[in-house]
Amino acid sequence: MPDLVVSITLFVLALLIGIEVIGKVPATLHTPLMSGANSIHGIVIVGVVIVAATADNWLSYVFIFLAAVLGTMNVVGGYVVTDRMLEMFKSDKSKSADQKKGA
Amino acid sequence: MLVIEKLTVEQPSASALDIVAWFVYLLSAVLFVVGLHFMNSPKTARKGNFISSYGMIIACVMAFIVLFMQGFISPIAVVVLIAGIAIGAVAGVVSAKKVKMTDMPQLVSVFNTVGGGAAALVALNDILAGQHEPSLVVLITAGLGVLIGSVTFTGSLIAAGKLQGIGFVKKMSLPGKSVWNVLFALLTIASFVMLCVAPDQRLLWSILTTVFALCYGLVFVIPIGGADMPVVISVLNACTGTAVAMSGLAIDNVALIVAGALVGAAGVTLSVLMAKAMNRPLLSVLAGGFGGSDAAAGSADGPEGTMKETTPDDVAVQLVYADKVIFVPGFGLAQAQAQRELADLGELLKEHGVEVEYAIHPVAGRMPGHMNVLLAEANVPYEELVDLDDINPQFPSANVSLVVGANDVTNPAARKPGTPVSGMPILDVDKSQHVVVMKRGRGRGYAGIENELYFEDNTQMLFGDAKDGLQAVIAAVKELLN
Repeated sequence: MPDLVVSITLFVLALLIGIEVIGKVPATLHTPLMSGANSIHGIVIVGVVIVAATADNWLSYVFIFLAAVLGTMNVVGGYVVTDRMLEMFKSDKSKSADQKKGA
Repeated sequence: MLVIEKLTVEQPSASALDIVAWFVYLLSAVLFVVGLHFMNSPKTARKGNFISSYGMIIACVMAFIVLFMQGFISPIAVVVLIAGIAIGAVAGVVSAKKVKMTDMPQLVSVFNTVGGGAAALVALNDILAGQHEPSLVVLITAGLGVLIGSVTFTGSLIAAGKLQGIGFVKKMSLPGKSVWNVLFALLTIASFVMLCVAPDQRLLWSILTTVFALCYGLVFVIPIGGADMPVVISVLNACTGTAVAMSGLAIDNVALIVAGALVGAAGVTLSVLMAKAMNRPLLSVLAGGFGGSDAAAGSADGPEGTMKETTPDDVAVQLVYADKVIFVPGFGLAQAQAQRELADLGELLKEHGVEVEYAIHPVAGRMPGHMNVLLAEANVPYEELVDLDDINPQFPSANVSLVVGANDVTNPAARKPGTPVSGMPILDVDKSQHVVVMKRGRGRGYAGIENELYFEDNTQMLFGDAKDGLQAVIAAVKELLN
């Protein structure tokens, strides 16, 4: 039981940290933020690896395979697409710097 | 400490590795927090995303190290695991690289679908695969993981379909939506409770929980309209996070718990912000429709007067001779994929010495910050995108406001009581000296009421596709300047 108490404490504290950190993100970045948060929940892939250690029947194999495909797609796709978005955010200064480089 | 003690007692030989793993997972959780923290400024956001991905990489590597060092029961499991990861990685990269920026909300929703599905599968496996009857704690946490993950799976899938504009998904309607909602919610909860009290029949009850939760996801999202999608997407995102955290509780893994909680917090925070921006309680948005939407649409008294049409040439003249112009983009801009044209027009006017700014309403578009991403793609510096509170005082000093595909967020009717949009914070477009509205047709906005702005004396309408219209205006501006 103490295990669960520790885990729930972690969960609640992480929730509070999350609310604190995310409240500071400006509206401009809300789409990348959501997409970034989206890739973080792909951490479930770690869970898939952990349960794979004890898997010994076909039902489990199917679950693990599907979960691995879905979870990895979530992680990898999420990070790539978030980076693609953030790459586009340019400030006035960096943009004029780009133009100077081009000229 | 408690966890470490327990590990030492149960598996004395592997305790060192377990402790290392625990701290590596903790480090990855810290990296997620730091990564999200760097998202608070566009200058550091990209770095933040990298930091968070490092957290993900070390957590995955650690999981594999533990897998191979502590051993596994069946090599088949490891083979299907690695095959699954390879397929998922390719699918993820391809879809992320190929997607158009205008289709971003759909893709985020699809990734949410798969994340929820994976969380549900991990939890389901935890309940069903073991030889022994799982403990009550595992049943509750894993059961919740299955339940929430399944709701997100179908819910996000429908949301993605609606955003993509897939015909049959869009047309889907649900007569008696509240009945279905209540019915499936009750069935889902009942099977979840049965799963916890009757673990000897866990196969039956976990399958029923999954099926009913999948159905609930469908009936939950189907009645919700396109313009409310920003809220729905963030709520579903929060759900996936929670499902992952529940799976984490079930298999006792710190990385899953903390990461899931962070995502849950992000989703909830954003949903609340969005609902606030619409001045509607979160629950009423999720209940679907603009509260009795049929009644509202039918009984709305149309504003008096007529709309005045204008031509691209006339718009060009107004823009070129203005000192200050404010662009007001909305979902129509995304639909017409006209963000580059709008940015080009802005660039032309700035070169000519006109002050140009973009007014961004918090719920413009189909996901939080949708307009910002689109305009960033079109190379508009983020300093020129101005939030609701900062731009509103500037409208009276603007010579021309150019509304492109935004409707309800500009409706002055929101300032009066008794309309479906009443109380919603709006952009004070009507206070600028001249208003030009680019609009596809004469239809009403999502709220189902006429926009009083269109009938104001200082408003002119330019009907047609936003992309064609903007191109015509750009051509006319160029002609004037030469």
